[in-house]
Amino acid sequence: MTAPAMDLKALVEDRSTRIVVCCGAGGVGKTTTSAALALAAADAGRTVVVLTIDPARRLAQSLGLVELDNEPRPVDVGGADGELHAMMLDMKRTFDDIVVAHAAPDRAEQILENPFYQALSSSFAGTQEYMAMEKLGQLRATDRWDLIVVDTPPSRSALDFLDAPNRMGRFLDGTMIRLLTAPARAGGRAGMRLVGAGFMVFSRIISKILGGQLLRDISAFVSALDTMFGGFRERATATYEMLRMPGTSFVVVATPEPDALREASYFVDRLSAEGMRLAGLVVNRTHPPTTTALSATRAEGAAEEVAEAGGRGAKLAAGALRVHAERMIQATREQRLADRFTSAHPEVPIRTVPAAAGDVHDLAGLRVMGTELTGPDDDTPTGTPRTRILPARRS
Amino acid sequence: MPDRPPRTDPPRAGEGRGPRGSFYAETVSPDAPPVRCHVVTGKGGTGKTTVAAALALALAADGRTVLLVETEGRQGIAQLFDTPPLPYEERRVAVTRGGGEVKALAIDTEEALLEYLDLFYNLRRAGRALRKMGAIDFATAIAPGLRDVLITGKVKEAVTRRRDGERVYDAVVVDAPPTGRITRFLNVTGEMGQLARSGPIKTQSDGVMAVLKSPQTAVHLVTLLEDMPVQETADAIGELTAVGLPIGHVIVNMATEPLLPEASLTRAAEGRLTGAELAPALEAAHLPGPRLLADALAAEAVEHAQRWAAQDALRGDVAALGRPTVELPLLTGPIDLGSLFELAGRLEQHIRREVAA
Repeated sequence: MTAPAMDLKALVEDRSTRIVVCCGAGGVGKTTTSAALALAAADAGRTVVVLTIDPARRLAQSLGLVELDNEPRPVDVGGADGELHAMMLDMKRTFDDIVVAHAAPDRAEQILENPFYQALSSSFAGTQEYMAMEKLGQLRATDRWDLIVVDTPPSRSALDFLDAPNRMGRFLDGTMIRLLTAPARAGGRAGMRLVGAGFMVFSRIISKILGGQLLRDISAFVSALDTMFGGFRERATATYEMLRMPGTSFVVVATPEPDALREASYFVDRLSAEGMRLAGLVVNRTHPPTTTALSATRAEGAAEEVAEAGGRGAKLAAGALRVHAERMIQATREQRLADRFTSAHPEVPIRTVPAAAGDVHDLAGLRVMGTELTGPDDDTPTGTPRTRILPARRS
Repeated sequence: MPDRPPRTDPPRAGEGRGPRGSFYAETVSPDAPPVRCHVVTGKGGTGKTTVAAALALALAADGRTVLLVETEGRQGIAQLFDTPPLPYEERRVAVTRGGGEVKALAIDTEEALLEYLDLFYNLRRAGRALRKMGAIDFATAIAPGLRDVLITGKVKEAVTRRRDGERVYDAVVVDAPPTGRITRFLNVTGEMGQLARSGPIKTQSDGVMAVLKSPQTAVHLVTLLEDMPVQETADAIGELTAVGLPIGHVIVNMATEPLLPEASLTRAAEGRLTGAELAPALEAAHLPGPRLLADALAAEAVEHAQRWAAQDALRGDVAALGRPTVELPLLTGPIDLGSLFELAGRLEQHIRREVAA
């Protein structure tokens, strides 16, 4: 069984593609993939902005991201027909900006100084995802770029990117927070009657555990927020809807590891349930062999034979044969994992990207990766199409 | 480019001797209390769960009892040890040499909060009702630090637990959150201090902090020989040190072990290895299409050497972190119990060498 090929070149060159979201488990190379795709699009003549979340320092420097000002900055890309802009998300600043933009100055100050707000905007689980979406919405609204490539936060689960904003919206607009802060609001009494004594116990425990101050802080925050705008929930919903619009595509990134592919699998299911467009799966950091003429077992055997025969260059040749044997074992394992994914999702297009020998941390490295992502499908040394790591077994 | 194979153990004078740096501090410095709480962190994708599991196996050798704690609720430990999902209960997952054992516990925040309510307020029944309302979820959501206090509180309890005057666990290994969150996770007083300035949770976090900052705790950092993990490790060491948390080892995971002769490695990494050098030996072994094969093998050997060289270039950065270091190899097969024991063996060797030093 072979997966369909993913045509990322067509995707980034297609003028109707306006947003590409790269998602996947932590540590699979989402940031590099986003930057490489954005650069490839700029090379193809598009005006692109890449929103990165947490780039490696050297990669950030090569993108000119030395200043953390939460605004896109042009990247000097020699030879590109289009333009590349890059920015790094500052979640606290993005949150502060929303508050400042939507509240009267005195209210805004009150909110910004509230200890609960400070905790919420800097460490609440999901704030980063929410703010990434918020920033995406802002970038899209300016219409300054014809393509936005988004890297997603390094969450535990790839699904967090989709779930966190709504979860946070629900939380901030939720019944629980309203009830909890009821004493400070009108209409609180009616709420109390609904939930009854259980809630009183809860409220008492919360105060006991966290101290009354926290409750007062939350209460002050929520009532300040209420006057600010129509509610977090609607805002989160609106941004979420943008991800469903035509012109938005998701690229799921995984390494050929069980955990990363499992995450990718969940995410693919979710996208299809939400009616969001999936471009395909990038299997990043694969180890395809340069030849498949020699199996691992034969290479191991030959290594022994060569070493035993001795003579000039025998050690080196035996070493090279062992390198090949190990490579075949690794490639076989990677292919088996990719096959498992494909048997569960036969319709999902795949592109494999071989591991670079070192880190990708400059524009030249990104261009190499861009070629791996968007280049021809079957120009590999073994002729194996780039949907795979090893050739399909003929049966 | 230094032309040398990777070290599994950098022979640097004085390393691995500090009371906080070593895995078994008591045998090195008789006055220092032993490290009994091993917190394992690392950037996502560095294999910290695998390393934590291997460390637990290594520490459990020779009849010791070790508890391996999962903090992020993803059941990674159960998958590694090929057991059904772990409940909120200490279960044996592996037996080691000399009657040692590793028990595992997946901490469930809700259960931990109920246990806490029961212990301090006698509120277990009310707690259950609150859970039905989603109130517990809510409480841990509005104060993310609360979750961390509960988890670290459970860790502290296991570390200090005694039965009939004897320690229940010789060591506790924590599969902790990633480097980006580790300081916030461990620095519970700092985090909760922001939100809860008084009350029982404050008292609770102070007690946890006392154990975590004591010499019986060591935070080990798992890294790969790649830019970003090494950078994140350096950042985490800075942050942890700033709040007074004790740093243990830097564990380099998935290091490429060179398969080519040492003398040829650097040359190959520079791309100066050709098929012509390999062809005669391949021909003599009667391999098919020796010339084409030789070119392909040369290309793979060059890539292998380049990978090794790129990693080796970062060994200096790792050494500059100034922490005792141990290296674990990249295993080509899937990680199963067998490979866990293999990694544990490497760690044990390192521990033994450290003790002998």
